[in-house]
Amino acid sequence: MTNIREVSVDELRHLVSERALQGETMLLNMGPQHPSTHGVLRLLLELDGEIVVNCIPDIGFLHTGVEKSMESKTYQKAEVMTDRLDYLNPIGNNLVYCLAVEKLLDLDVPPRAQAIRVILAELTRIGSHLLWLGTSALDLAAMSVFLYTMREREKILDIFEMVSGQRMMTTYIRPGGLWRDVPVEFEDAVYKFIDELPREIEKYHDLLDENELFLDRTKGVAVITKEECLAYGVTGPVLRAAGMAYDIRKAIPYSGYDQYDFNIPTRTEGDVYARYAVRMDEMDESLKIIRQALDKLPYGPVRSNNRKYVPPPRSEIGVSMEALIHHFKLWTEGFYPPRGSVYVATESPRGELGVFLESDGSPKPYRVHYRTPTFANLQVMPILTRGQFIADVVAAIGSIDIVLGDADR
Amino acid sequence: MDGAMILEWVLKSVFILLFMTAGFAYTTLFERRMIAKFQARIGPNRAGPWGLLQPVADGLKLIFKEELIPAHADKVMFVLAPVITVIPSLIVTAVVPWGGVVDLFGRKVPLYLADVNVGLLYIMAVTSISVYGITLAGWASNNKYATLGGLRSTAQMISYEIAMGFCFVVPVLLAGSLSLVDIVEAQKKIWFIFLQPGAAIILAITMYAEVNRAPFDMPEAEQELTAGYHSEYSGMKFALFFMAEYIKMIAVSMIFATLFLGGYHFPFVDQIPVIGPYLGPFVLLAKTLVLLFGFIWVRATLPRIRYDRLMAFGWKVLFPLSLLSVLVTAAMVLLVK
Repeated sequence: MTNIREVSVDELRHLVSERALQGETMLLNMGPQHPSTHGVLRLLLELDGEIVVNCIPDIGFLHTGVEKSMESKTYQKAEVMTDRLDYLNPIGNNLVYCLAVEKLLDLDVPPRAQAIRVILAELTRIGSHLLWLGTSALDLAAMSVFLYTMREREKILDIFEMVSGQRMMTTYIRPGGLWRDVPVEFEDAVYKFIDELPREIEKYHDLLDENELFLDRTKGVAVITKEECLAYGVTGPVLRAAGMAYDIRKAIPYSGYDQYDFNIPTRTEGDVYARYAVRMDEMDESLKIIRQALDKLPYGPVRSNNRKYVPPPRSEIGVSMEALIHHFKLWTEGFYPPRGSVYVATESPRGELGVFLESDGSPKPYRVHYRTPTFANLQVMPILTRGQFIADVVAAIGSIDIVLGDADR
Repeated sequence: MDGAMILEWVLKSVFILLFMTAGFAYTTLFERRMIAKFQARIGPNRAGPWGLLQPVADGLKLIFKEELIPAHADKVMFVLAPVITVIPSLIVTAVVPWGGVVDLFGRKVPLYLADVNVGLLYIMAVTSISVYGITLAGWASNNKYATLGGLRSTAQMISYEIAMGFCFVVPVLLAGSLSLVDIVEAQKKIWFIFLQPGAAIILAITMYAEVNRAPFDMPEAEQELTAGYHSEYSGMKFALFFMAEYIKMIAVSMIFATLFLGGYHFPFVDQIPVIGPYLGPFVLLAKTLVLLFGFIWVRATLPRIRYDRLMAFGWKVLFPLSLLSVLVTAAMVLLVK
């Protein structure tokens, strides 16, 4: 434990300019405890008056060691930890891990399970965007929007609770399918939600889009170009707001995203307002996907029939000796995947969320690595904030939608 | 000057101080309940019916909190700053008339503390003092956030005070007097807001800046500067800053009502038999409440403006417009004569 310590201002000295050392500019330590750093992000700001000369992001305050801990658990049990990474996108974290395991095992997922995965993943995206909208509006001191978006997000969490019994840490998606089928009231509940949400989104537009103060605080603020985004590996809405229509759901379709008709919203300005607009449009597109998936939700099993890797349904265990043995073996020992390594990428609400999985043939993964969007996106903070006001730093943090659990694994 | 007169002044002063302090407590509750309504919440409703005892509970809590003074703070200034902020806001309403002259206990009692013939200048002078408190608090705290908050407060003041001063000139021109009593009496027939709506709107905007309320709460700016100038304050010293903000809110609402909304006058109210003349204070109070609601409404709705934008707005928009409205008013007054 002696190796873990905080980086002091002195150790970051080589990153600030000469002027700061001579006292001409002021060093301001913003975070890790600060109302607007969305958790425990720490920024070392070099200020000339209120203007930011340099901004040095410092992460690691929420390091949990999840990736390392996953190496000591079997493939099924390790999944439970993935919910805790990006706590606004738990279903997405499960999904990408399961996709990686399925790719490693070459497992097929039944169509019904795929459709339900898409519905839940898109609901998570909407939920995450709603929370982002509320908090980033709150950063600009438009405080009421936060309460309105939280109220709508609550309905999404209710749906999660209905299908999995858990509101956030669901672990509902499993390698080979789902934990169990959705309850009968699921479809009506989701229809009700997607019918109601557009009206609410209209309200957010009314409160923000037509507000001169909001436009003034967001337009032309914290601009980033497409080239800079690509150089830093920035993905997700930040990249799309800078003018590149890159969405992994379209580029490398997974879980049957290629069956659905949706657009990739893009902007070219690359400022805070563009990122706001892209995310608002994405919510509409997600609603479209959910509606299509619900309209043609197929019937059938929700789990792969491959008993070597996927536990049998509860009903079989009581009547089939084989099923009982499989169940026992899978949950005590785990399964033995082939050797090799896989990488699977998905589109999380924040950008490219990928999992690298290395298997040495044992029931436990040799190495799990999450390629998280927040980690890459945070690197552009210095570019976004240089020459801006302190008030814009807050707007910039909000606009790249960081989740520190996603950055520190 | 007899003994009874001095007693009358003392009583009126004590009443104003107590009223403003109690008003502060219940404005906080009013704000919290109202914002809760805006945000689809319930708000404080546990302490007493409708949360009426909540301000008492908050006050008691703050009294018993530990008073911390940061290690390298300038102790004298640090302690003095909240006092400098709160006193002007308490005394600024001394010149605001609550009503005309009424019969009370067999005497003719004017319902105002002082009819100063430079009433408006007094208001300008006193309200400017409280900015010193904020700036000093930021400076004395030895905290970078607080310093930035204090600096913002000075930058903010120079950008709105001139426009505010010009808006004060408009009712002075219309009434032909600097005394607030004369200004109210001049509005007996028609309120000045109908004669000069432009100046009234500009004054309303500068009022929000004057009391550091959203969308001009840059010195505090929780999301940017944690708590701005009062980051390092705790206990009653913090409460004093809070008190200053809310008392100033009430005070500027009263001043606005006096200058543009006819003060204690309301059509037909003074014609009510017997109690008519005594209703002045209630009329003023009702107008103040409406304006306070405006403060709360704006806070619940609008994002914060950036401080360079406020300065640009103050100098490039409000200043020329207020100057224009003074010119128009002056021309109007001349033409009518």
